Amino acid sequence: MTDLLGAYRPGRSVLHRIPAGPKLGLLATYGAIAVALHGPASAVVLLVVSLALTLVAGMPVRRTLRQVRGLLVLAVVVAAFQTWQRGWPVAVHVVGDLLALVLAALVFTATTPVDDVLTAVERGLRPFRRLGVRPERVALAFSLVLRAIPGILETARETRAAAKARGLERSPRALLVPLAVRTVGRAYETGDALAARGLGDD
Amino acid sequence: MIELDQAAVTVETTDGPLVVLEPTTLTLDEPRVAVVGANGSGKSTLARLLNGLVEPTSGHVRVGGLDTVDEGPAVRRRVGFVFTNPDAQLVMPTCLEDVALSLRRTVRDKAARRARALEVLASVGLEAKADTSVHALSGGQKQMLALAGVLATDPDVLVADEPTTLLDLRNTRLVADRLLSLRQQLVLVTHDLDLAVRCDRALVVDAARVVFDGDPAEAVAHYRALVAAP
Repeated sequence: MTDLLGAYRPGRSVLHRIPAGPKLGLLATYGAIAVALHGPASAVVLLVVSLALTLVAGMPVRRTLRQVRGLLVLAVVVAAFQTWQRGWPVAVHVVGDLLALVLAALVFTATTPVDDVLTAVERGLRPFRRLGVRPERVALAFSLVLRAIPGILETARETRAAAKARGLERSPRALLVPLAVRTVGRAYETGDALAARGLGDD
Repeated sequence: MIELDQAAVTVETTDGPLVVLEPTTLTLDEPRVAVVGANGSGKSTLARLLNGLVEPTSGHVRVGGLDTVDEGPAVRRRVGFVFTNPDAQLVMPTCLEDVALSLRRTVRDKAARRARALEVLASVGLEAKADTSVHALSGGQKQMLALAGVLATDPDVLVADEPTTLLDLRNTRLVADRLLSLRQQLVLVTHDLDLAVRCDRALVVDAARVVFDGDPAEAVAHYRALVAAP
């Protein structure tokens, strides 16, 4: 789960060959389509498309399943809740879209080096420089989000283990407060580290 | 050359102003300078002054003639910084990408950037880990990668804040040997007194003041006496 996103896998698939900028645009379009379409049928189609994309990208099935294991648990909980509250068609729609989009994002990060993503985001935002946007900073923030997700998951696991060691595994406060504090602390440390490398000074 | 001219740091707390570093005047031009002292004594603040991560509330800090406040970005290009916890310093998914990130500003061509990043990785013995996830590295390898990310910018000075504190004996030795072999001027904050005595000069920091400045062996003896005192 710690490498749910941001784990590039070198390869020669057609998806690896699409430049990062257009690929990012396609991912955004795919997300917009998922939001625009309603109903269980469209969600199932999108999920099938995403699964097909993982195969086209040459992502090993077992490893991919391991990466989304935590998400699948969440999907089961969400599906059960939605079925209870709003019926099975809504449950299929919500969970199908969720899995389809996460898998698509996974395909994107698995087939695109972060360096290329940074370059694409910088290039895409260059016209906005005259409006005060600093493309290098936005691109860096984009990549930090990819890195932060597994980092926060790792911190959550450590926090859960620490709470368990003190017999507090059922206390939300013992889990959430240290997680929030450590996440903010880590953000500060990362900020210091970036500043120390001169990133963001330009 | 690093110069501190009456540089002091005071922070505001709920109990009023707290002096973190008393006015300090120093000139550091030895290749390897160690800084030792107890936790909370002010040695990390002293280290962070050197590349502008912390600004002096009074006085001045200059590196190579550049003021860390007025010319912060230029100072940071000259002064690299390695932190205690490499996890906070590694911001990219793979080793190669993390080192390449440091090169984005100076090497625009992607192929050249990759080649240079591989060279830097090789210099710390991580060339075989280029496409490995940073999560998959050992503690020592992570610290080496953090060091590589800093060395990629080719700084004139390297400040390392307790870089071996989280490492086992073998990794401590690897990281320490690599640090001490650098061509850059090194300012090394450490609790490892064996490492401190391998430097050319050592400072002992206690209660926000530099209380000893001189030969490393004498500095370590001074620090031991300080700790032993009631």
